[in-house]
Amino acid sequence: MPASTHPGTHPGPSSRPRRRPSPRPRSALDPPASFRVVRAVFLTLLAVFVLVPVHVMATSSLKPLKDVAGEFRWIPSGLTVRPYIDIWHTIPLADYFVNSLIVAGAATVCSVVIAVFAAYAVSRHRFRGKRLFTVTVLSTQMFPGILFLLPLFLIFVNIGNTTGIALYGSRGGLILTYLTFSLPFSIWMLIGYFDSVPRDLDEAAMVDGCGPLGALFRVVIPAAVPGIVAVAVYAFMTAWGEVLFASVMTNDATRTLAVGLQGYSTQNDVYWNQIMAASLVVSIPVVAGFLLLQKYLVAGLTAGAVK
Amino acid sequence: MTNVPPAPSSLTPAPPGGTAGPGRRGAGRARPPGRRRRIALPYLLLLPALLLELLVHLVPMVMGIVASFSELTQFHIRDWTGAPWAGFDNYELAVDLNRPVGEALLTSFLTTCRFTLLSVGLCWLIGTAAAVFMQEAFRGRGFLRALFLVPYALPVYAAVITWSFMFQRDNGLVNHVVHDQLGLGGADHTFWLLGDNSFWALLTVSVWKGWPFAFLIVTAALQNIPKELYEAAALDGAGTWQQIRRITLPSVGPVNQVLVLVLFLWTFNDFNTPFVLFGKSAPEAADLISIHIYQSSFVTWNFGAGSAMSVLLLLFLLLVTAGYLLVTRGRRHDDAR
Repeated sequence: MPASTHPGTHPGPSSRPRRRPSPRPRSALDPPASFRVVRAVFLTLLAVFVLVPVHVMATSSLKPLKDVAGEFRWIPSGLTVRPYIDIWHTIPLADYFVNSLIVAGAATVCSVVIAVFAAYAVSRHRFRGKRLFTVTVLSTQMFPGILFLLPLFLIFVNIGNTTGIALYGSRGGLILTYLTFSLPFSIWMLIGYFDSVPRDLDEAAMVDGCGPLGALFRVVIPAAVPGIVAVAVYAFMTAWGEVLFASVMTNDATRTLAVGLQGYSTQNDVYWNQIMAASLVVSIPVVAGFLLLQKYLVAGLTAGAVK
Repeated sequence: MTNVPPAPSSLTPAPPGGTAGPGRRGAGRARPPGRRRRIALPYLLLLPALLLELLVHLVPMVMGIVASFSELTQFHIRDWTGAPWAGFDNYELAVDLNRPVGEALLTSFLTTCRFTLLSVGLCWLIGTAAAVFMQEAFRGRGFLRALFLVPYALPVYAAVITWSFMFQRDNGLVNHVVHDQLGLGGADHTFWLLGDNSFWALLTVSVWKGWPFAFLIVTAALQNIPKELYEAAALDGAGTWQQIRRITLPSVGPVNQVLVLVLFLWTFNDFNTPFVLFGKSAPEAADLISIHIYQSSFVTWNFGAGSAMSVLLLLFLLLVTAGYLLVTRGRRHDDAR
């Protein structure tokens, strides 16, 4: 244990440490050995826990089928890139990829635009029903997805029957659904972000002749770019990873990766090497994007969620 | 990097319901000439969000409540309003413990509660510990932080499929390590995705996937603690462990209240993890409520009963959330006095 005065009580300014403090204030910079040991052990175990599935995904994707069908091996007996070629033929992976890109991309763009407007309204304007709006939007966060699934399914089917607009089974229906999933969180986070942009700035812009929308586009949005990026990343990840609605609301032509990947199991064989290769391929865009933008996301969370 | 000044209120989480700063300044006094337009503007800005929330959340919710009082089966999908009225039959069916439907629902509900408590607890513990240990710079911290965010960034299905491969009985990594390398658990390989063990398999995947979010939030909260607090404490002779106990942990307290609530709601409603791990019907030990309702509605085609179960679930979540907010807000109020 490090030199402490009275264990359990906050050392007052007058209490004298037993050991002389070093010239540099003993602080976070040189933690004691006990701390460093516990930290090293804990972080190592955690890193192993996190890495094992990543290792399995990466190595298994390079193994021949007989290797992944038999007993597990940490180190592959032989490496092959065959699975990476086969994944595109076993199932129409490219089609699923395109579907996922369209759905997640469109949902992200729409969700960000709509959230920016809504958050600007809440952050900068007073109006009746504001509190009701924020409460309603946020409380939809807690509803189980399964609660919307049945009625939304019925609504889409019925709209299709009466108007001929095919929402059920179409990408449009999925886009519509997904963009509302990320919307409440996006609005909430952006309100926090816009609040942190000094109001004097956009008021000055308005005095200089900008309208309220001009102030939004010229002042508030540029100042809140990190928050907007964070919200976009979140919306894309939500849409890219969603399984429940994708499995009910899509057909053969509009299937997304979330559902399509299950096609690698046939009656006789499960092509684990191909599944792992495909998993890796569909993960790379999101993980790379996320890691590149993680600073924005952390900053966004600091401003939004942690307020 | 960011334009966000450390807000003084940053340690007080906004309750859902957003005390997000009302624009008191500027608006309100001295209305400019274009007053009519100014009043309409916020509503216009909100309109798209409102319409979408109505279409995708509120209308379906009302419909779900209506459907829960009807005998909605596959025969009425084309015209759901034509389904015969059932009154409280679906609810009686759902809560009648003497019949298989009600009994199975209760079992599934209890499983979900146990699962959620364990998963949220572990996610919070691991996430907080990691955030605290990584608060100070050390060699490799940036790399570790990126690594720790990988489970959060991976698409759910890709991550869970990998875990399901690892839990395979004959060619999975878990049995290879447990049985072949460590020699534990006897000669016969264990079934992880069937029977009682499936609960632990599901929990492992859920924690693996969930803890980085706690890590992210707590890390964000720790960045708001002023360095001077630590310097003052260090000058006063407080060691690292004492600083963690007296400064770091108390400072994340308010953030935890929101974090735990969000983790609870996400975990309780989680559908993706069990669905990808087990498919349309999970083993009884891991039969989470959302999968259970999905099966009651889309596999056995009884939408009425499924809707009634959804409504019951929603009522439970509302009750828990309201209670939780009352308790935590009450406590915060006490702190302020």
